[in-house]
Amino acid sequence: MKKAPILRSYTLVYLLFLYGPILLLPIFAFNDGKVVAFPLQGFTTGWFSEMFADQNLRIAAKNSLIIALSVATLSTVLGIFAARASVRYAFPGKAPLMGLIMLPLVLPEMIVAMALLVVLLSMGVPLSLFTVIIGQVLICTPFAVAILTSAFQSLDKSLEEAAMDLGETAWSTFRLIVLPLVMPGIMASFLICFTISFDEFIISNFLGSGQPILSVYIFGQFRFPAKVPSMLALGTVLVCMSIILLGFAEYMRRRGIAKAGGKDSGGFL
Amino acid sequence: MAQTPGSEARTGLKLISPTAVYVILLLAVPLATVLIYSVLTGGRGNVSLPVTIENYSELWAKSVYGYIMVKSLMVALVVTAITVVLAYPVAYFVSFHVKPERKSLWLFLITIPFWTSYIIRVSLWFVILGYGGILDSLLGTIGLPPLNVASHSILSIIIVLAHAYAPFAVLPIFVSLEKVDRSLLEAGQDLGESRWVTFLRVTLPLSMPGVIAAALIVFIPTVGDYVTPELVGDGKEPMIANLIETQLLKLQNFPQGSAFAVASMLMVGIVSVAFVLWNRRFIGGQK
Repeated sequence: MKKAPILRSYTLVYLLFLYGPILLLPIFAFNDGKVVAFPLQGFTTGWFSEMFADQNLRIAAKNSLIIALSVATLSTVLGIFAARASVRYAFPGKAPLMGLIMLPLVLPEMIVAMALLVVLLSMGVPLSLFTVIIGQVLICTPFAVAILTSAFQSLDKSLEEAAMDLGETAWSTFRLIVLPLVMPGIMASFLICFTISFDEFIISNFLGSGQPILSVYIFGQFRFPAKVPSMLALGTVLVCMSIILLGFAEYMRRRGIAKAGGKDSGGFL
Repeated sequence: MAQTPGSEARTGLKLISPTAVYVILLLAVPLATVLIYSVLTGGRGNVSLPVTIENYSELWAKSVYGYIMVKSLMVALVVTAITVVLAYPVAYFVSFHVKPERKSLWLFLITIPFWTSYIIRVSLWFVILGYGGILDSLLGTIGLPPLNVASHSILSIIIVLAHAYAPFAVLPIFVSLEKVDRSLLEAGQDLGESRWVTFLRVTLPLSMPGVIAAALIVFIPTVGDYVTPELVGDGKEPMIANLIETQLLKLQNFPQGSAFAVASMLMVGIVSVAFVLWNRRFIGGQK
């Protein structure tokens, strides 16, 4: 490897720019001052206790958890169907169907949300956590399909054929051979869909009709200066949680690739 | 396996049907509805016949709509340009100057900020750039006058969006740089080109597909961003998404809002196709 001191320092400055705002989170979450500004006032854990005492925040967190678990499960299941079908079989209408499934990746999220909202309002469907789940599944499924497609692709077809030759049915082959081998991919898909859903704002805001959901709640609280420090405490907790979740997802993904005998070639996308 | 093409097609269709039915009912049907609504006559909260193109002519007639569309387009294009230009050297560094076994660690480091709460990141900028916020107070402690970035709504929207979507741009560029055949670069230098000329004539053109993919990945969510103009821009400089919200939800004007949604989808579509066509030039050159 050639040394490239300028490029290297540029990359480090870039990383600092990326991480800068996130690094400010813990600084001001522990800062003993009502105003989020320099100079720092001293150390306190008060904002964390204020955060934990906030009743509305608990309801919002519980709702977000319900939504994220449902969305991650549904998207991953729908993703398994689509990824398996597209990797393993040729069938008419495959390209347009897969295109439609992946469409939310290239459509502004606002459009997806508004189109769904117009239909729901016209049909008189009351907005609830359920409608949020329905909408978020549309957004998360393409990610699930992308992750699971690479998991199914790295699968050796001859293993399945061997199992079929030895008398297993299509379903038992899937359950005994395919499923265990793509399990890391399934876990990674679940974790990533969970993270996206937990963080998602637009659908939660517009299809949730003011239900307390974490991202919507945070968005609202930042408008009140007095609430900002405890929101920064919340942000610190959330960032730590998502780093742990992502580290775990990355670990599962690598294990999956190692299991299938492939070579690691990069990140999630 | 003794499978005829017919039975393979049937199994495939059966397998994909749950996902297909879901997206047809909840994505294709709503999008079609928006398309139909956009040519209907509308009152408050309802739509009716006759079919009309008035909603679209309204978009042309009222200069404020055109202004918001053009402004969103400009903001998104500027953000895209900044993001891609800033990301290229980073992708280049990771691809050419990092040991192969360390590459995924670097990529992981770059992608983590993207996976941490979007709403928290944007809101943080609101606190950083705002009046008497972190930036100005920091400048104050070292004796400099405040910048008051927040009073320039569009500038702060651009800064925040360029930060929010930065990690998106690195990955596609990195992937295309990884595909560049290293022996071509040696050949270029053996033939007497300088490193800089080799980069301009070999590496950069070969990595253009990744650059264009990165541009698309940044452009699409930026042009439709709702949170940043609402929070950082203080709602003073609405972009497309905010206007769609006003029309559809606040004014309950379904046809007008739908026409606006369709027009913005068209705009995104046209820009995307332009990017893809541009890309084709470079892919063609690779053969």
